Amino acid sequence: MTAPVLALDGLGLSRDGRAVLAEANATLMPGELVALMGESGAGKTTMIRAIAGLDPFAAGVVTVGPVRLTHGRRPSGATQRALYRQVGIVFQFHHLFANLTALANVGLALVHVHGVDRAEADRRAQALLDRLGVGHRALALPHELSGGEAQRVAIARALAVDPPLLLLDEPTASLDQARRGELAILLRGLVAEGRTLLAATHDVEFARACAARVLTLSAGRLLHDEPRP
Amino acid sequence: MVSHHVADSVTRAGGVSLVAASQQAAASLSCQAGVAPALSRVSARILAAAIGSVRAWTLLLLIVAVPATPATAQNSELRWGGDAEGGAPFVSADPADGTRVVGFEADIAALLARSLKRTPRFIQSGFTTLDAAVLRGDFDVILSGIEDLPSRRARLALTMPYYEFEERLTVRAADRDRFRSLADLTGRRVGTLGATLAAEVLSEAQSREGVVPVLYEDDVHPYEDLALGRIDAVVLDQVLAERSVARTPGLVNQSTHLASGHYVGGFAPAQSSLRDQANDILRAAMRDGTLQRIFEEYGMWTPGVAALYARESQGSGGNEGDAGAAPPHPALSTAASLGIYLPRLLRAALITLALSCLAMILAVAVGLLIASGRVYGARWLRALLATYVEVVRGTPLLLQLFVIYFGLAAVVRLPALIAALLGLALNYAAYESEIYRGALLAVPIGQLDAARALGLTDMQTLRLVRGPQALRLALAPMTNDFIALLKDSSLVSVITVVELTKATSIFAADIGSWVVPGLACALMYLALSLPLAHVARRLERRWSHA
Repeated sequence: MTAPVLALDGLGLSRDGRAVLAEANATLMPGELVALMGESGAGKTTMIRAIAGLDPFAAGVVTVGPVRLTHGRRPSGATQRALYRQVGIVFQFHHLFANLTALANVGLALVHVHGVDRAEADRRAQALLDRLGVGHRALALPHELSGGEAQRVAIARALAVDPPLLLLDEPTASLDQARRGELAILLRGLVAEGRTLLAATHDVEFARACAARVLTLSAGRLLHDEPRP
Repeated sequence: MVSHHVADSVTRAGGVSLVAASQQAAASLSCQAGVAPALSRVSARILAAAIGSVRAWTLLLLIVAVPATPATAQNSELRWGGDAEGGAPFVSADPADGTRVVGFEADIAALLARSLKRTPRFIQSGFTTLDAAVLRGDFDVILSGIEDLPSRRARLALTMPYYEFEERLTVRAADRDRFRSLADLTGRRVGTLGATLAAEVLSEAQSREGVVPVLYEDDVHPYEDLALGRIDAVVLDQVLAERSVARTPGLVNQSTHLASGHYVGGFAPAQSSLRDQANDILRAAMRDGTLQRIFEEYGMWTPGVAALYARESQGSGGNEGDAGAAPPHPALSTAASLGIYLPRLLRAALITLALSCLAMILAVAVGLLIASGRVYGARWLRALLATYVEVVRGTPLLLQLFVIYFGLAAVVRLPALIAALLGLALNYAAYESEIYRGALLAVPIGQLDAARALGLTDMQTLRLVRGPQALRLALAPMTNDFIALLKDSSLVSVITVVELTKATSIFAADIGSWVVPGLACALMYLALSLPLAHVARRLERRWSHA
């Protein structure tokens, strides 16, 4: 049996000292696109950030590939470096580095975290941008990009080191109807390559169109629906 | 007396008088109380700074409030101007009655007033503003140990000389046999005051013997720096030299003849008839021994003065004052002087620019370190750096320069330029660090999350993402600070660095007017700051979206 890409084991989350989730268990297998749903304030973003190692969580264990995160503190040092080979995150508001071009945004971690030389990093970054349909915007600064373009650059940045797990926070929030369709095609393509995606969203239509299954945060519990046939 | 400083602007009067007063206060403190000299000097300077600035304001108020009435309108009084900060034996506050002044100049004023059947009234004026004050009618005559200089002769009606002094070469006792004359001091630094005969002597020695003149603002620091080994000799008039050697251990006066000069009284040109009366009184007092008795009382009677009196008292009436001591140079016209001083001003402007640029580079580097420490550092480091910033921002730059140059001298004797550079850089580093700290905190938290989610360390995030974005936010206030630094660099003249403002004040003192030197100086400062502001605005526009 293949190992899960992500496993939540008794995960407990709190926000501002208040518990928002208790005893959550889930596993995500390679090649799955899973939607994380729930009302605003239910803790979707909190959960995404905990898995991405950005905030400490209150209880349990998060396992991302070979990396095990325990509650109480943010990962640091070797754990942090190992974690970010396994997981990429696309923020709701993208957070592209304002001082760098699209190309430099994508290549930054390759050069400075993974020791790839700059020419090779630029080549890989350009290839990724081309694949995501924004290759022609490689030398634009973030403020020069449209919302859809910025999202694709942010996805390229998250995919630069080829992590098996990609986290997306509200990926459709800033897109119009046509762009949502394009995004769905793009994400299905990533899944087809064997990548695992966990997308926090409140967009039911998008979840229904893309996700193989849905996890729902409700009243402090994590509910599972059945995998769709 | 040349007791302190070359002519300086009114706004600088506080800073200037600070030096001399503080030195006197420091000298008396360390002598009388026997406290640690460095400490007493610093505290005396703080005190003197306060007094100095009050004095400057009082002077300003006086100038504003008192209408410039013609001196003759008040002919029941003889109003004489002097600087009581110059101290004994010239003019100083009476220790028994703080409202009166004593000194040989006070005695001469009393002598003149008595013969003119007027009441003497002393009017305090900063040494550097005496000439300007008598010209605008603030008082009738300057009696304050002013020297008979060609530039002064060109714009004031001077009395006949009433005292002859020798310029004295002062050296450390250990160098007594090594440095006997200026010829022994080739390539060495020799201190004096600007706009004095002594400064002219040194200027000539610079071209003739390669001596390096160092101009001070007061008559105490040259001797202190000599004792510390920062300079190798001092040239000043004998009155000051003897007073200073008496209170600074380890110094000796050489007997070599350098030059002699004269103290005179100064009237406005319109008062030349009063000046002629004064000459008659002085001549009579030379004949009947009154002046001799005055100078004997202060231990200043010398064969040179006796010979002067023998010469001067031969004449009768008229205005011999104008033919007194043969001036070493004729007075220069403004146009001719501009030709001489402009290259000096340009050179001084280069020093201002170089000093400001280096200080700013250092301030930015140190400021970045402080800001990083305050944003990323441990609690103790943050507290330490916050204390540094508050102490530096909360105390005057002038005081910091004094502490670095004079206060630290017991531990490390920094050359003046290095002390100036450090003083400016460390002061501005505190301000820069606050700009960077604010800018670092203004970078959106999402940028930091994104950097962390790529696996960048804090240092990498600072260098690649946060720092560059903060720098753009900091650009406008940094430009502002650099322009302020350019102008604050004028403060380093108090530790003997001749930069643009100092060179201008020497120029102004030498030609006796601030109009042309002031304009030239202002244009040069603008020429330095305007292009900088322009470049900064362009950079800001280019980065405005980032």
